[in-house]
Amino acid sequence: MSTPPTGSNPARITSEVVAKVAKLASLQLSEAELELMTSQLSGMLDHFADIDKLNLSNVAPLAQPFPLKNVFREDVVVAGVDRDEVLAAAPAAQEGRFRVPPSSGLGEQ
Amino acid sequence: MTQPFATVVDIARDIASGNTSAVEVLEHHLARINEREHDIHAFNLVTTEQARATAQQVDADIKAGKKLGPLAGVPIALKDNMCTRGIETTCSSKILEGWKPPYDATVVTRLQQAGAVMVGKTNLDEFAMGSSTENSAFGPTKNPLDTTRVPGGSSGGSAAAVAAGFAAASLGSDTGGSIRQPASLCGLVGVKPTYGLVSRQGIVAFASSLDQVGPFTHTVADAALMMEVIGGHDPLDSTSLPQPMPSLTSVLGQGVTGLRIGRLADMPDGCEPEVLARMDAAYAALQAAGATIVDISLPSLSYCLTAYYLVAPAEASSNLARYDGVRYGMRVETADLHSMYGATRAAGFGAEVKRRIMLGTYALSAGYFDAYYGKALKVRRLIANDFAAAYEKCDVILTPTSPTVAFPLGDKTSDPLTMYLCDIFTIPTNLAGHAAMSVPFGTGAHNMPVGVQVLAPALGEPTMFRVAAELERAS
Repeated sequence: MSTPPTGSNPARITSEVVAKVAKLASLQLSEAELELMTSQLSGMLDHFADIDKLNLSNVAPLAQPFPLKNVFREDVVVAGVDRDEVLAAAPAAQEGRFRVPPSSGLGEQ
Repeated sequence: MTQPFATVVDIARDIASGNTSAVEVLEHHLARINEREHDIHAFNLVTTEQARATAQQVDADIKAGKKLGPLAGVPIALKDNMCTRGIETTCSSKILEGWKPPYDATVVTRLQQAGAVMVGKTNLDEFAMGSSTENSAFGPTKNPLDTTRVPGGSSGGSAAAVAAGFAAASLGSDTGGSIRQPASLCGLVGVKPTYGLVSRQGIVAFASSLDQVGPFTHTVADAALMMEVIGGHDPLDSTSLPQPMPSLTSVLGQGVTGLRIGRLADMPDGCEPEVLARMDAAYAALQAAGATIVDISLPSLSYCLTAYYLVAPAEASSNLARYDGVRYGMRVETADLHSMYGATRAAGFGAEVKRRIMLGTYALSAGYFDAYYGKALKVRRLIANDFAAAYEKCDVILTPTSPTVAFPLGDKTSDPLTMYLCDIFTIPTNLAGHAAMSVPFGTGAHNMPVGVQVLAPALGEPTMFRVAAELERAS
């Protein structure tokens, strides 16, 4: 499809938007990956514009097959997973906790 | 009787009656694995030692006169996205390579309690994202009926393990067709139960409003037995339905007299002519057995692909946020936390997983949510309404499971959209949360198997299994 999708869909996706989405998704992408992703996502979104034909103004969204409500259980102590077993499967642990690098740089995104 | 390709029902009966032993059955299956697994690559891990210990325990229990479970000594394979305590669970992703879960999935516990012998963890498209098992980080699985072709996906390893005689049955997961399509392509029975009928506790989440667990077997009776073992309420899964598991093994002989079978009046384009010919034969067989064929329409069917490929990636982008190098699997060490997340995820995820995380994050992000995810949820309502109207007129609906037979390896890997089109008939059920299964019904092009899909409303499994049993008798 050579023209941008009609209706309320935003215009064709750009590499700037793809780069921003990659940041939101915490995915470091190379330049080549960014370029390929832009073209592939663009192709998919063009295809997905088929639903713009539908009149959906009076249709309620369906997020789950069946109505869900909170599920509670009796407030009694039951066995949980073993902390040491969980930590043993982590890349790094120390003093009963997950160990991670310092969080400096978080504010720069 | 201890040969591979024996059914679950036959193996369980022969072990219980002393005609054979669990160890003998297991060794036959292990021998078959040694012989062909290097060509097929059904497994990420074969759990030989654990399997031998379990089989010996079953034989000891028989000797001691203990009460046996319904699957005592039956060799079973598990898709490698099901948690097995202390046994590597990878989802065929580098990001989870080496991870050993601290608990068993509920379905794994139920199989163990029934006496099943787990022979290994099967290959899949990474995080169950794909329709050919070519997206595995550990290499593709091949179709045992023709190793130049794909077994389907994403549960391709589970299908191949049963089709190759490595296990009598297996479990897979189905988010958009990942049990039914590989069952169809490998000539097996595959069941996608009603959403909430089988527990998902301990199944690595892909798209939580769509995922379900179900069996691969050689026969409809085996599938019914497997469903009775794994199904039913689980307090550990908040989406688990409260209803008791209906009996399925007891309905198989009931026939289809008086049932109304829905036939799609507006079949989508793209089906192979041989597949359509098998559909005609299936309708004729059911009619001959006493059912009535009713034409129905699902006007929103062609929009399901779009709805699914927005909803599933959106949910996946959220579910897969947990793989950040902190709690499981691999980590790429960097100087600060945020770059560690990005670098770990870049190195750990494969191309298709990255594509879906990107698509899902985009569809959920500010400014695009209403145009994509929000609209997809409304289309989801339309297809649910379509089904509700159709089930006023019929008891089950028959469609092809897959528009084509198994395709050659590499055929659809260059264009993601072409691969997505494999799922056109299987996706609608997941969106609606209904029951569906694929039953082998003869062969099509290249002498490869064709599967007929039986669709039923929520908790319509008993009727669905009656129809499946009739198709099996007629095939």
